[in-house]
Amino acid sequence: MRFMMLMIPRGYETAAPGTMPPADAVEKMMKYNESLQQAGVLLALDGLHPPSMGARVSFQGGKPTVVDGPFAEAKEVVGGYWMIQVKSREEAIEWARRCPAGDNEVIEIRQVQDFDDFPDDVKAVLGPPS
Amino acid sequence: MTAGVHKAIEAVWRIESARIIGALARWVRDVGRAEELAQQALVTALEKWPETGIPDNPGAWLLATAKNRAIDEGRRKHMLDRKHQQLGDEAAAAEQAVPDLAAALDDEVGDDELRLMLIACHPVLSTEGRVALTLRLLGGLTTEEIARAFLVPEPTIAQRIVRAKRTLTEARVPFELPRGPDLTARLSSVLEVIYLIFNEGYAATRGDDWMRPGLVDDALRLGRILAERVADAAEVHGLVALMELQASRMRARLGPAGEPILLLDQDRARWDQLLIRRGLAALARAEALAAPSGVYTLQAAIAACHARARTAAATDWVRIVALYDALVEVTRSPVVELNRAVAVGMAFGPAAGLEIVDALIEEDVLRGYHLLPSVRGDLLVKLGRRDEARAELERAAFLAKNQRERDLLLARVRSLG
Repeated sequence: MRFMMLMIPRGYETAAPGTMPPADAVEKMMKYNESLQQAGVLLALDGLHPPSMGARVSFQGGKPTVVDGPFAEAKEVVGGYWMIQVKSREEAIEWARRCPAGDNEVIEIRQVQDFDDFPDDVKAVLGPPS
Repeated sequence: MTAGVHKAIEAVWRIESARIIGALARWVRDVGRAEELAQQALVTALEKWPETGIPDNPGAWLLATAKNRAIDEGRRKHMLDRKHQQLGDEAAAAEQAVPDLAAALDDEVGDDELRLMLIACHPVLSTEGRVALTLRLLGGLTTEEIARAFLVPEPTIAQRIVRAKRTLTEARVPFELPRGPDLTARLSSVLEVIYLIFNEGYAATRGDDWMRPGLVDDALRLGRILAERVADAAEVHGLVALMELQASRMRARLGPAGEPILLLDQDRARWDQLLIRRGLAALARAEALAAPSGVYTLQAAIAACHARARTAAATDWVRIVALYDALVEVTRSPVVELNRAVAVGMAFGPAAGLEIVDALIEEDVLRGYHLLPSVRGDLLVKLGRRDEARAELERAAFLAKNQRERDLLLARVRSLG
């Protein structure tokens, strides 16, 4: 099964455009990324620029409204992710535990939806051609 | 609570076991013994961790426990042997061999796992033994899991593993990492085992289901691990590319009732773009490392032609034929030639394909192989020779060993009226 490990750095919601983690933190993280790769579980990873460089599109009333970042109401924002392929939720947690993250960081683990997870009516919509 | 800890310990085992067994094997110079020591450490963890919690560095804990046990046993043996001290002090020697635990596990090059892989796939072992031992030692699978994956009774797998370990001990297989051409030769055996595991998952030769995704994932993981360890071996990347590209189509290969959907009929929107991207990257790496390409790289290049085509009609069959030409040249395999016939049929018309198939009918290797009449039947359908086609497809259904595949062939027979 696939899991996404979402890195949530506190304070990133107000970070200035172009904010980057310090070199020593990056170095530690690179080693960790390498261990995921060496173990054959890493499928993809990326870091994200802070929300102050992004935008939000909301759909209230059925039409899209665009607001530029930063977003005053956001308490937690994603700073990056890893996509891993493992055998169990516990294995994903075990990998997250090994991350050299800082005091202000949280990793949220979320399983990627698989075709078999959907109810039949959704499967019919997604379903293969007849 | 305890069940939760047990699952967490299983996860630790899956992540750490190969490194631990590899480090222990380097130390005790016996893979079977190393595996036993690691297993005993696991049993200790299962007893202790539910109470103490999982230690901060569970890998080092397991290795230390295994090492202490080995030293204790060595000491006990030493006491018995005291009268024959000139024969050697095993325990002391053992202690000297691993002065620093952290250093023992700190195998930055990843040689321990590579060495373990090469030994698990050693040519002195039977193919079945290699597969079972690889999944057990490198994949972190239990005997029960391996048995379930291969649809054989658990004692059979247990016996294969015991026999394989004994063979390795008796043959005194050297533990040093081979270099140069020796390494290449030994790697080819590892690649063969990994691809065999992949194929058993991707197109099961036995049973009711056409695919067993667990084995596909295990093989992919083993391939990715290997590619990290021998970064300059072209065919390793070729095999990884081939597996990633084939696995990218898994979601599209089964219909709602579990029936197989053949490549050209698949909904390409359901192909996994992440795996395709990974596969194409691995293929580029393999092609940059060696020319001419080896068998896995060539097969990956063929899979890549399909992956790149947005629709079945957009497939570059002429390029696929050229790749099959190269593949036939390297393998001289009638099975590959049969596949080439399919490609030729698509690129240059069914008559040209049939000509190649007809030349293969006398091949011994293909006798009883259901894909020969299946391919021949397809080409005959396209040529409008329906009666001959029906007979061939019926024959193919009779020969097919997988139930799902047989159903598909019989459905084709019925569709011919």
